[in-house]
Amino acid sequence: MTTNHTPHNDSLLRFMTCGSVDDGKSTLIGRLLFDSKTILADTLTQMSRTSEKRGLSAVDLSLLTDGLQAEREQGITIDVAYRYFSTGTRKYIIADAPGHEQYTRNMVTAASTANLAIILIDARRGVLTQTRRHSYLAHLVGIQHIVVAVNKMDLVNYDQASYDKICADYLAFAKEIGLAQARDIRFIPISALAGDMLVDRLDNMDWYQGETLLEILEKAPAAHTESQEAFRFPVQFVCRPHASADAELHDYRGFMGRIESGEIAVGDAVTVLPNGYQSKVKAIQLGEANLHSAKTEQSVTLLLEDEIDTSRGDMIVKTSEAHEPVKQIDAFVCWLSETPLSTARSYIIRHTTRESKAKVGAIQYKVDVNTLQQQASSDLKMNDIARISFKLAQSLMVDSYSANRATGAFIVIDESTNNTVGAGMIV
Amino acid sequence: MTTHTSKQQALSHLDWLESEAIYILREVAGQCSNPVLLFSGGKDSLCILRLAEKAFRPGRFPFPLMHIDTGHNYKEVIDFRDQRAAELGERLIVRSVEDSMQRGTVVLKSADESRNKHQSVTLLEAIEEFGFDCCIGGARRDEEKARAKERIMSFRDEFGQWDPKNQRPELWNLYNARSHKGENIRAFPISNWTEMDVWQYIEREKLALPSIYFAHQRDVVMRGGSIVPVNVPLVNGDIANPVKAGENILNMQVRFRTVGDISCTAPVLSDADSIEKIVLETATSTITERGATRLDDQTSDASMEQRKKEGYF
Ligand SMILES: Nc1nc2c(ncn2[C@@H]2O[C@H](COP(=O)(O)OP(=O)(O)O)[C@@H](O)[C@H]2O)c(=O)[nH]1
Repeated sequence: MTTNHTPHNDSLLRFMTCGSVDDGKSTLIGRLLFDSKTILADTLTQMSRTSEKRGLSAVDLSLLTDGLQAEREQGITIDVAYRYFSTGTRKYIIADAPGHEQYTRNMVTAASTANLAIILIDARRGVLTQTRRHSYLAHLVGIQHIVVAVNKMDLVNYDQASYDKICADYLAFAKEIGLAQARDIRFIPISALAGDMLVDRLDNMDWYQGETLLEILEKAPAAHTESQEAFRFPVQFVCRPHASADAELHDYRGFMGRIESGEIAVGDAVTVLPNGYQSKVKAIQLGEANLHSAKTEQSVTLLLEDEIDTSRGDMIVKTSEAHEPVKQIDAFVCWLSETPLSTARSYIIRHTTRESKAKVGAIQYKVDVNTLQQQASSDLKMNDIARISFKLAQSLMVDSYSANRATGAFIVIDESTNNTVGAGMIV
Repeated sequence: MTTHTSKQQALSHLDWLESEAIYILREVAGQCSNPVLLFSGGKDSLCILRLAEKAFRPGRFPFPLMHIDTGHNYKEVIDFRDQRAAELGERLIVRSVEDSMQRGTVVLKSADESRNKHQSVTLLEAIEEFGFDCCIGGARRDEEKARAKERIMSFRDEFGQWDPKNQRPELWNLYNARSHKGENIRAFPISNWTEMDVWQYIEREKLALPSIYFAHQRDVVMRGGSIVPVNVPLVNGDIANPVKAGENILNMQVRFRTVGDISCTAPVLSDADSIEKIVLETATSTITERGATRLDDQTSDASMEQRKKEGYF
């Protein structure tokens, strides 16, 4: 990876890093950016100036991901930061979330858009409570690819036995929570500080035959899912140019949105939910281009054969894959707000492009993210995760989160402040 | 034109970024009642105009364009701005820092003080005048440290202030652009783009740009290690950045990587006279876009964060 930024990255991978304070997250990210030459000279000058000021002998790569002034003063990272680098074959978006216990909500936020998670373990300390917490959350939020990076191998003399033991411990625990069966888990020994097995192999761990971290990242599937999913197209915006003079545009009615899953082709039979109107796809447009077919993650405009009254919040599905709108949902919810959930109030649930008022039916149980035990509970505070049922005023077209990340997810909004207060994953 | 898609293949990075940006623009249109697109004539906002075409044509844009003009912009950029808005047939609103100066809401410390940070005042005045509930901007997270945590839908209070501690968590692609009267959302559709992505997109979409983005001969002086353009003719006939006594005017071949207020945008030495060459030059550049060219960001590590708290975009 000597050239960065060569003009043809042909795919994009979003990943996150999880680790407790001091596991080496910042150093790892700094090293990836540095080795991919994403850090440019002026940033480096500024970093070495700051390093000097703090009395360090070498440039501290973790400064690169140092956050806002407010956080620097407190000496901790309190929010998710996004970083970018590219290798010429791939563009990467890193979601960098702090690992502290209080920051479950940040981890959930970062995980929600990631396809891969790097879980850092300090080689001297092995699998800790935090490791379990991070793994459980990555699992809950549906990250497909887990890379367990055993860091600071230099501090255990690059000892293979220490590494093997940590891998075995982790696998045992992963089986316990169902992670090992459901996900692709890889292990790798690294030194973020020295650079072993990140971009270059170096020669301290000849006993490790696997891929370097960057090779793993380069090969991980970029698509948001590798399984076949049903076609789901939430309508975002309806385009009606009302150009009565223009014969072609006179009756134009375009349904604009992003394909959240599956694919669609001209001629496919579709149903518009919740009303159940049926029609066929007449055209698929993207800018000036007419497409034959389109797939997950493309933002397109659909034209239908029949004049159907459709608006934002409706969902277009293939008639053969239509599902029933529901007025009650059961979900795992991570609470994000400093104001606890109130079972007496109603909230707004935003699901795809649709909103509904919702009332809490019951808090079934809370999950202790450290022990993974279920406990009875009548409240939900910031960073808590619980299984909750909601009653809805409007019907929603949902799938289970494990089957479809896009149509299984929702956020909870507090109507009085407009804040986003909860994140939900439908069971 | 017909394109075939294959099942297993993921979107290219530009297609993915484009789709995400279109989605964000449509969310703004779907969720906000009176949005506006901030348009300067610069490369980032030209990308967003292209994205808006892809998002909303054959319809009209569901928002007007607005430029907050410092009065110290390069004439080439202002002309280009007007021409582009006319070609698109969309409404362009211009509000100027000089009007705020006349009203007394902006007071410069000295005549040659940078007007860049004062744009915030004029912007807030315009938001109030038109009752905008959302401003779409071209900021990117890779531009500067303080932006790495910026939301795609960033919440500003009644005073236009950005409080880093009071931002809404953003999960999946479920953006929350709700606001109460007087509050405001700043939406950033190209948050996840880097400078390189922007240039590649411009190249791919064959977007036209103001001429000063390309290498050209220009009178400059060296001030504090930066190349500073001098004797720049303004739209109103004035001259910005007059050369100071004792300064030695040099005629250099330069181009701009960002365009903005003349007092704070410096060019770089370059012979890249085409987009292709700019892409190559960007790939081998060793200096960040803002580091090299934004004279206002160098004051301190945290100066962008400070300005954002005060209502800057
Ligand atoms: N010896 C050694 N030290 C490391 C390694 N990775 C990180 N560190 C050090 O561990 C400390 C914490 O690292 P940092 O990246 O700030 O951790 P974070 O809190 O997870 O972001 C710093 O002093 C690093 O220099 C490593 O692989 N080996």
